[in-house]
Amino acid sequence: MTASPAPDTWTLAGRTFHSRLLVGTGKYASVEETRRAIDLSGAQIVTVAVRRVDLTGKSGPTVLDALDPKRHTLLPNTAACFTAEDAIRTARLAREAGMGDLVKLEVIGDPKTLFPDNEALLQAAKVLVAEGFIVMPYCSDDPIICRKLQDVGCAAVMPLGAPIGSGLGIRNPFNLKIILEQAAVPVLVDAGVGTASDAALALELGCTAVLMNTAIAGAKDPLAMALAMKLGVEAGRLAYLAGRIERRLYANASSPMTGMIS
Amino acid sequence: MPPERTLPPQLHLTVNGELRSVAVGHTVADLLRDLDIRSVAVAVERNREVVRRAQHAETRLADGDVIEVVQFVGGG
Repeated sequence: MTASPAPDTWTLAGRTFHSRLLVGTGKYASVEETRRAIDLSGAQIVTVAVRRVDLTGKSGPTVLDALDPKRHTLLPNTAACFTAEDAIRTARLAREAGMGDLVKLEVIGDPKTLFPDNEALLQAAKVLVAEGFIVMPYCSDDPIICRKLQDVGCAAVMPLGAPIGSGLGIRNPFNLKIILEQAAVPVLVDAGVGTASDAALALELGCTAVLMNTAIAGAKDPLAMALAMKLGVEAGRLAYLAGRIERRLYANASSPMTGMIS
Repeated sequence: MPPERTLPPQLHLTVNGELRSVAVGHTVADLLRDLDIRSVAVAVERNREVVRRAQHAETRLADGDVIEVVQFVGGG
């Protein structure tokens, strides 16, 4: 390591971040657990969903109580939107409620796999970019859709590693490599991570960051997993910067082959 | 003949998927007050268009309006 390494940061639409782990806020047992998990993860960008206010009069702590506006940037999503129109409406509502321009754009094509509808996604992205949103689309791990999303002005692309909440890890690292080669915007792996080594792999491949929710919130001990993910992301990033050795078929001795006793 | 009694005129709205009636002249701000929604972190949509916060007090509701009031919840 160099004596005084430059701060390892990344930028999104002109904003600088040091954490390469983005976390969701769904599926936690309580707002307090959410708050502690976010804290341990070190995440600076935190996703939330947009839903109807409960009009039955019940009120308690909300997800916003788990966040510190000074430390955390809100990334509202358009989860569960199945049409471009619903995703656009949801993004507009999120901006009105939160007064931020960031949106994690999801247009879902199928309820069982939750795979993105890339055609509708591209359509929604164009509209929202034109309205000044900083659009971060959740998309397939397909280099072509990633390129198209970048070309219409998305601030990042977020290909899935595997289906949302599946914990299957990164199923197609080779596609991710191609996506990374051609990307001029940050590439974030969004969805599919199951454990810390999956997160590390995303960063080792050269991805800018990784976004996850279920892998932390659904772990037996979400707080320990939040920390594990933070360390996994940091380890993966360092390994990427360090530059791994080439894979080879045969051994390459670590100890000298000369000077042996006889 | 007894004087005919007339109910005050009402507007029929759909708010978050439920039918509601409010008095004629009610604004978006009045509706939020009726619903006891005081948080600033909500957004209102009227007939699929966002009503900006600054317009809540001057946006009068109309019969048949479809209103959505949303907030942030946990999500990934």
